[in-house]
Amino acid sequence: MAADLTVIWAAIIAFGVFMYVFMDGFDLGVGILFPFARSDRHRDLMMNSVAPIWDGNETWLVLGGAGLLAAFPLAYAIILPALYIPLTVMLLALIFRGVAFEFRFKAEASRPLWDRAFNLGSLVATGAQGIVLGAFIQGFAVDGRDYVGGMFDWLTPFSLMTGVGLVAGYALLGSAWLVMKTEADLQAWAYGMARPLLFGVLIFIAIVSLWTPLLDRDIAGRWFSWPNIAYLSPIPILTALLAFGLYRALELHHDRTPFVYTLGLFVLSYGGLAISLWPYVIPPDITIWEAASSPTSQIFLLAGAAFVIPAILAYTAWSYYVFRGKVRQDIGYH
Amino acid sequence: MELDPVFLSRVQFAFVIAFHILFPAFTIGLASYIAVLEGLWFATKRDIYFHISRFWTRIFAVSFGMGVVSGIVMSFQFGTNWSRFSDATANVLGPLLSYEVLTAFFLEATFLGILLFGRNLVSPRVHFLSAVMVALGTLVSSFWILAANSWMHTPAGYEVRDGIFHVTSWVEAIFNPSFPYRLSHMVTAAFLTTAFVVIGISAWYLLKGQFTDSARRMLSMTLWLVTVLAPLQIVLGDLHGLNTFEHQPVKVAAMEGHWETQTGAPMILFAVPDPETETNHFEIAIPYLGSLILVHDVMGEVRGLKAWPADQRPPVAIVFYAFRIMVSIGFLMLGVVLASLWLRRRKRLFETRWFLRLCAACAPIGFVALIAGWFVTEVGRQPWVVYGVMRTADATSPAITGGGVLASLLGYITVYAIIFTAGVYYILRLVQRGPGEAQAAPQGRAARPLSGAQQPFEAGD
Ligand code: HDD
Ligand code: HEM
Ligand code: HEM
Repeated sequence: MAADLTVIWAAIIAFGVFMYVFMDGFDLGVGILFPFARSDRHRDLMMNSVAPIWDGNETWLVLGGAGLLAAFPLAYAIILPALYIPLTVMLLALIFRGVAFEFRFKAEASRPLWDRAFNLGSLVATGAQGIVLGAFIQGFAVDGRDYVGGMFDWLTPFSLMTGVGLVAGYALLGSAWLVMKTEADLQAWAYGMARPLLFGVLIFIAIVSLWTPLLDRDIAGRWFSWPNIAYLSPIPILTALLAFGLYRALELHHDRTPFVYTLGLFVLSYGGLAISLWPYVIPPDITIWEAASSPTSQIFLLAGAAFVIPAILAYTAWSYYVFRGKVRQDIGYH
Repeated sequence: MELDPVFLSRVQFAFVIAFHILFPAFTIGLASYIAVLEGLWFATKRDIYFHISRFWTRIFAVSFGMGVVSGIVMSFQFGTNWSRFSDATANVLGPLLSYEVLTAFFLEATFLGILLFGRNLVSPRVHFLSAVMVALGTLVSSFWILAANSWMHTPAGYEVRDGIFHVTSWVEAIFNPSFPYRLSHMVTAAFLTTAFVVIGISAWYLLKGQFTDSARRMLSMTLWLVTVLAPLQIVLGDLHGLNTFEHQPVKVAAMEGHWETQTGAPMILFAVPDPETETNHFEIAIPYLGSLILVHDVMGEVRGLKAWPADQRPPVAIVFYAFRIMVSIGFLMLGVVLASLWLRRRKRLFETRWFLRLCAACAPIGFVALIAGWFVTEVGRQPWVVYGVMRTADATSPAITGGGVLASLLGYITVYAIIFTAGVYYILRLVQRGPGEAQAAPQGRAARPLSGAQQPFEAGD
């Protein structure tokens, strides 16, 4: 019973983190692409396309943090101090890109400064998240209930590579979002950005897929032993098909399918990671059951979450519906 | 010199939470005010409410943005710097903070989007409901976070097994002994803080003879609110203090500046407490009043700081001075209310320049009282992080180094200084521009797009 509860919570946290990566991913991606935009009018439109929803998107990050504390406190207490530096950098960067939404529209002379803040904030936050991901896959030095590694253990070639990889990934999401939300010359520009980014992302997916098994013999065994390799083979095959679909959709100038295909690529990559890491919440050797909070706490929170999360999804969907269609300059701010 | 990660983490926590609380406190009040204004506009269709509401909504947007980004920092602080505390208390605090995210933050964030950007996309009714949802979100958020914070002051409904807290009763844990007092005192404080900003800005407009229609309406409305809340806050503060006297008597001893246990204790108005000699210098006191307030008996016994070993006492000076700052401001607010009632009777509320100047000068006092109050509460809890059970010194993350925390602290100070300056500057600019009274309010969803804060200032009304 208790074990089942823990699995449910692992699924909820995994879902929350994915929602974050996907939703804040596209608005951070818009920020990453910001300096490449051709005109101030384009930058206005790009910002307007995410201004009404970025806060809700970022709230999934807060849920990830609080949910981890509630359901897997040991993971919260070990991973956060271990990643002290990249997390602090991420938070400082998110501050800049968050306030830029409001400040930019109120600034005159200093507007280019807030454009910069929006761009660098998005870029640095994404890079830091990628590094966090890489460091997480590599695992943490633990003794008893404490993290015992150093403050720079996260800094490795692998984590730097995942940092750059995630920047490419979010930028691809951002460009696909802009393809969907904009028209005319801005959309044409977004198509132009998406194509090279797709190739970049595919290269990073390939590197991570090959490098991760090299890090850990268990992960290698999980993917390459018989019969797993047969069961898991649909994942790379589907990834290839989706990538091809995305490529075609960009060639044919489809409006919405690029975003859907990109989402698919993210789902598969995320799923692949989950397969590699399951059932560890603090790699390399603390499982979700060892890190779980007490059943009383898990049940108490689940009772509410079971009703509230669907409600959140419903009103979030409604707000996206309110802001549906191509973004306009005169969105009616305030 | 060895950098102490525990000390630096405490400074960092105090800094980031004190910065954070300024914005939620302001937005808790403002969100409700905007909901009321939107409701009045929806019901009466009088343009003036629309203008006032839109004016405050713009300011709200800036403040809310800063509340959100500084709040996100908060949700990681516990893990990065206080991992032993997180590990031990997660069974209690984890669900409370998660409920805050689930029931409040998503609500606020999503409906904020509609409130700010959806005026022309949804019906006036839905727009009004969005304002209500945002206001509701801020209040629900206060409920959960103060339940968590109060539990740290007066832990209840738990047992400790192997160093980990386990909940035995959620009702007792959430509705712990200090929670009702802290919640009501804090929410009232947030409303008062916002109200004094509104009062100050309206008075300033009246002094300058600008936007006088809106300014009179705002000033009068808000002074009525304060007429109820300022006395109420003093009563709530007194009740809160009595509750603290029951559960954390040593904190009250520090607040009052009592070193010796005495019957018929005085109320000390001013002094310079000296922890070296364990006495006060320059004391000005009213005899017996201390016992009367705390024990409701002139000869009642009040324990002094010396009744506790030195390692169980909070730092006295901060608690003592901060308490006096808060209470003085509480009475200053009451003074403003009394003056306003007297001027209302004489029908000179909007013309009396000394009063308007006083109001304008009082615009920031709520923030000062709020921060002072939190310093009383939190510093007064030391040396405990969970009162009487877990010490602050045992709560930090063992792996982080002093140098690392110093670097992050300097990072936060720099970044907050930048965004605080910019944010205040943009808010002041919005205030300068004022509510655009001349413009017609839209009649429904087909109206032309509002100019709003989207245009830079030159293009304004
Ligand atoms: C506008 C803000 C404001 C004003 C005018 C007052 N307070 Fe206050 N006070 C707060 C804002 C605040 C606060 C920031 O909201 C605190 C910190 C924690 C809390 O629950 O409320 C607080 C805490 C606090 C505490 C500490 C309780 C504890 O830690 O256990 C006491 C005893 C009082 N207050 C008493 C008073 C009295 C007697 C006041 C009137 C004269 C008063 N406060 C005015
Ligand atoms: C929002 C208003 C708050 C303010 C201004 C505030 C201020 C402070 C201050 C000044 C300290 C340092 C005390 C010292 O080191 O002597 C402190 C400590 C602490 N507070 Fe608060 N606090 C607030 C709310 C909260 C809340 C809501 C929580 C938890 C849910 C919390 C948790 C803590 C913890 C864990 C510490 C321990 C660190 C330490 O002792 O320095 N605080 N706070
Ligand atoms: C350690 C304590 C705290 C933590 C961890 C925390 C966390 C957060 C977070 C993550 C947000 C952003 C939510 C979003 O994305 O929309 C936020 C905003 C907010 N917080 Fe805090 N917070 C703390 C203290 C407080 C206190 C003491 C109060 C009030 C009593 C408060 C009230 C609010 C409100 C009303 C908001 C909405 C944003 C705003 O109004 O500016 N928080 N907080």
